[in-house]
Amino acid sequence: MNQQFKELRLAAVSRHFDNPSGVRVAALHELTLTIRRGEFICLLGPSGCGKTTALNCIAGLLPVTGGTISLDERRIDLLPPEKRGFGMVFQNYALFPHMTVQRNVAFGLMMRNTPAAEIKARVARAFQLVQLGGHEDKLPGQLSGGQQQRVAIARAIVIEPPLLLMDEPLSNLDAKLRLEMRAEIRRIHRELDRTTIYVTHDQEEALSLADRIVVMKDGLVQQVAGPEDVYAQPANLHVARFMGYRNVIALNVGARNGDRLTLEGSGLGLEGTAKQEIAGPHVSVAIRPEDISVGAGPNGIDGRVESVEYGGHVSLIDVRAGENVLLHVRTGARVKMGDQVRLTISPQRVLVYPAESA
Amino acid sequence: MSAVAARLRVDTGLLLVAPAVVFLLLFFIYPFGYGFVLSFQPVEGNWLANYQKFFSDEHLWRTLIITFQLSLPVTILNVGLALPIAFQLRRKTRYQRWITTLLVIPITLGTVLIAEGMLTYFGPRGWLSQFLQLLHIYDGPIRLTHNFAGVVLSLVISGFPFAFLLMLSYVTGIDPTLARAAATLGAGPWDQFRHIYLPLLAPGLAITFCLAFVQAFSVFPSAVLVGAPSGPTRVISLAAYEAAFEQYDYSMASAVAMIMGFAQLIVVVAVLGLRRGLYRGPVGGGKG
Repeated sequence: MNQQFKELRLAAVSRHFDNPSGVRVAALHELTLTIRRGEFICLLGPSGCGKTTALNCIAGLLPVTGGTISLDERRIDLLPPEKRGFGMVFQNYALFPHMTVQRNVAFGLMMRNTPAAEIKARVARAFQLVQLGGHEDKLPGQLSGGQQQRVAIARAIVIEPPLLLMDEPLSNLDAKLRLEMRAEIRRIHRELDRTTIYVTHDQEEALSLADRIVVMKDGLVQQVAGPEDVYAQPANLHVARFMGYRNVIALNVGARNGDRLTLEGSGLGLEGTAKQEIAGPHVSVAIRPEDISVGAGPNGIDGRVESVEYGGHVSLIDVRAGENVLLHVRTGARVKMGDQVRLTISPQRVLVYPAESA
Repeated sequence: MSAVAARLRVDTGLLLVAPAVVFLLLFFIYPFGYGFVLSFQPVEGNWLANYQKFFSDEHLWRTLIITFQLSLPVTILNVGLALPIAFQLRRKTRYQRWITTLLVIPITLGTVLIAEGMLTYFGPRGWLSQFLQLLHIYDGPIRLTHNFAGVVLSLVISGFPFAFLLMLSYVTGIDPTLARAAATLGAGPWDQFRHIYLPLLAPGLAITFCLAFVQAFSVFPSAVLVGAPSGPTRVISLAAYEAAFEQYDYSMASAVAMIMGFAQLIVVVAVLGLRRGLYRGPVGGGKG
């Protein structure tokens, strides 16, 4: 049960349910993904996108209504969770409130009838790994959120699962602790040389942790790629929006030269790069605030600074350009409200997608 | 007034409990104290004569034993049935509401109404008996009324919904994620119940047991209507009734009532004492 595997294959995994008015809805629609041993995968998306559903299907907590899950050649989607042997860290930790921390962590080993001496040694090692010595005899209720979270991780990894599933484990922690635990999780993943699937709605978390990110929306996979690709080359407008492309402008295509497009409309003229098949003349253009620089240069837009939000090293400024287009810009340049500025953007960073059907 | 109260650190909000306190004093503490004193003022003999009489007259002390013989098995049966059924209904399904409604209906019926129904249904010439004879499953008459079994049946019909409702609220109060967490750690359904649900339910189980026991111990109408009040189901409340309203010996009746209350108290204290050793904290799985 605890053997390592070569790959976990999800083939068209779907999960439907009947909503209160009796309509069949897909919480997860045909997720196909092959996860190799040792990978750190993040399922990323807004709430309700199906990422937790996907995780629960893999864990066996929700039956799939379509597709198959297999571990190497063995089909596992019909096994109950206790037969799959995956470790899981729950969003609210789900620590057993009536057991000491020690017994919480030992529970999985007890269920496997591990000899007492071995349980003791492995629990001690797990405590060491999550750096939580000295709290073994407390009840979970006596621990802080961060400590409870470590117990939840210790409890999941002590059984040495081939696959570790994490459901937004950091969402209940404060910002500072979240950064610390993020590094811890990455360290534990490396040290154990196991496979991890991690669910989050925090793109920064996904970018910093994952080897590969699966971006989801409305139960559908939008993009599966490494963090750099998801960040710089979003597959569609949804992903772009979710990954922080705050400027989305409706424009028209003028001239085409392969991927390179000349765009116009709303009093603007820009060069951009097509990221999807562009059929019609109407397009949506996504630009990240960080990719816009203030100063003279090619591929520029003239505008007037409308507001400045001071942010230390870089400030967030809003610039009104063309025919009433508002652009968000993150820049180190010092500008004041009312200044006339020229903004320039590399054509590679002007991402062009088919127009949203409004 | 409020300034004085503030200086004396008196919480004026406490005045809100005054009506309840007055009610308790007038309608519980005073009658109880009155009965307690009255029980030591027998019609004849020394101040303990009533109690001496109760424990020396077999006709009287046997009622205490009979009441225990009735109420303990009935309580164990009610709570024992309520726990697994409530556990099975812990998940919200479309059936849960229907089954719950069906199980709870008897609570709306009075004991007398239940007894009436039982006499027509379970009696020797009742529907059940006739039905079994018709199908030749059992040809003899069915004796489920006017005996010990009749009272047990009646107490289960009226007591089970009560125990079930209490257990249902305890079971559904437990975060289902805990069982799911246990499952991912290798616990099958039985282990999930034994290691997660049962320990978290135990305090609620104790409370339910106490309440169901007190309810069953004070059985009176069904002991008369569907029991055999002259012998096998001559319960202690019947002895108190006879003393008060047939012999007009209120002092003796008070003594019987005191003994009855004390017997209930012993069981409740014992069960709650067992509960002290158990975990009684929140039944959630962490933050959130």
